[in-house]
Amino acid sequence: MKELRDPKAIRRLLADIAERARRLPAPPRLMEVCGTHTMSLFRHGLTPRLAEAGVEMVSGPGCPVCITPDGLHEAAIGLVTEVEGLTLATFGDMTRVPTRKGSLQTAAPARDSRVRVVYSPEEALEEAKREPGRQVVFFGVGFETTIPAIAYIVKQAARARLRNFSVLPALWLVPPALKAVLDSKEVAVNGFIYPGHVSAVIGIEPYGFVARDYGVPGAVAGFEPGDILLAVRSVLDQALEGRPRVALEYGRAIRPEGNPTARALMAEVCEPFDAEWRGLGRIPASGLRFKAKYARLSAENAYGLKIRGAGRDLPGCRCGDVLRGVIRPEGCRLFGAKCTPESPLGPCMVSYEGACLVHFKYGRRERTGS
Amino acid sequence: MCLAVPAKITRLEDSGLGTVDYLGTEVKANFSLVPQAKMGDWVIIHAGFAISVMDAKEARETLQLFRELAESS
Ligand code: SF4
Repeated sequence: MKELRDPKAIRRLLADIAERARRLPAPPRLMEVCGTHTMSLFRHGLTPRLAEAGVEMVSGPGCPVCITPDGLHEAAIGLVTEVEGLTLATFGDMTRVPTRKGSLQTAAPARDSRVRVVYSPEEALEEAKREPGRQVVFFGVGFETTIPAIAYIVKQAARARLRNFSVLPALWLVPPALKAVLDSKEVAVNGFIYPGHVSAVIGIEPYGFVARDYGVPGAVAGFEPGDILLAVRSVLDQALEGRPRVALEYGRAIRPEGNPTARALMAEVCEPFDAEWRGLGRIPASGLRFKAKYARLSAENAYGLKIRGAGRDLPGCRCGDVLRGVIRPEGCRLFGAKCTPESPLGPCMVSYEGACLVHFKYGRRERTGS
Repeated sequence: MCLAVPAKITRLEDSGLGTVDYLGTEVKANFSLVPQAKMGDWVIIHAGFAISVMDAKEARETLQLFRELAESS
C-alpha cells in the first residue's frame, strides 16, 4: 500500500490538518494510545511535522510490556530462579525488563530451568505437551489483541488435562486505562488515536464513553503514515463540528463490531478484576484473570505466588510518568545518558514499542530533520 | 508482537491451523479466531494468531481516497 506513504498525499493531509488546527480555539493535543502508532509516527517523522501543523502528539499507556508492574516481572524471575526443571516462556521484550531482582535475561535459573523466548503462546503449550516431565509457565502479557490467543491456549491446556502447564497472566484492557487517563486530569487530552489491532478484537463501541461522557473525539487508525494522518484529521473535524464520536479510519482491517469469536473466547476463560498498572495505579476492572474453572492454569495458584502489587519504577526511572503522558521521555534525566537501549533502566527503554526506546532510536534523526 | 502488515493465507486446515505468506516468508498461523477466513484471504496476524480478515472493498476505497488526496495536493 505505497499510496498510504505517497509524499503528495501526506502533504495534502498535513495541510488539511494545519488548516483545521488553526480554526480551533487552542492548539490540540492528541494521545496516540498504541505503542505501534508511536513507533510509526516517529519512524516516518510525523510527530514533528504534526507539531509544525499545530498538533501536539503525546504517547499513552499502550505498551503492555511497559505497564506490567514490577511485582509480576519479579514473580516470573522468582519462578525460574527458584523452581527446578521449569521453562519460563515469554515474548522477547519481557526478558529484558530490569527490576530490583535483575531481569529474566540476567537471572541465574535454578537447576535444569530456563527462560525461553517465543513468538506465539502456542509454542509454550507445545513444549509442555512434548516434555511432560518439565514444568512450563507462559508469562503471558498483552492487551485485547493478545488475550484471545492466551485464552485459546488455556482452554487447550484444560482440554488436554495438562498438569505441567500454567500461565502467569499480565492481561490488560485498554478502555479502562483511557478512563483513568481522563479522570486523572494530569494531561489535557483533546483527542485519541485509538489502537488499530486492539480494536480488531473489541470493535469501536468500548471507546464510546470517551465521546459520550468526556466529550473527547477519537478515531481508530491503521499503521501507515496516511492512516494515522487520516485519523488525526477526523479527530480535528469532530472537534470543529462539536460532535465527538469514535470514527473508524481503518475499515480495511477492522469491523465496527470487532471480532466476536475472539471476544467470546476471552469471556469464556477470563474475568475482569481491579488490576495494578505501572504508572497508573489500580484501575477498576482493567485486568483479566482466569475464571474459577481455569484457575488451576494460573501460575499464581499453581505455585502459590504472592505478587506484590505496586508498579514501582527503579530509582530515577520515570516510566510511570511517561506512560501517563505527563512527561516526554526526554524529560527523564536518565534518558540517553544512564538509560539507553543497551543498558535500559526501565521497560519503556526495553520494549520495541516503549516510548523511551522509540524516542531514542528515531528522535535524533528527527531533530536534524533528515 | 504486532505485525502491522497483512499476510496471505496459504494453507488452512480444518483444525484451524495453517500457514500464511508474510512478506515472502511462509509462517505458521492459527486461524481459530477467524472462522470465516478462506484460502487466499489477507489477515492480520498477532502472536501467531489471525485476529482479523482484511476487507477487499474497504482496501480499494482507501487506495482510491489516497490517489485523490495525492492528485489534489
Ligand atoms: S529514559 Fe529510562 S529511566 Fe527514564 S523513564 Fe525512560 S526507561 Fe525510565
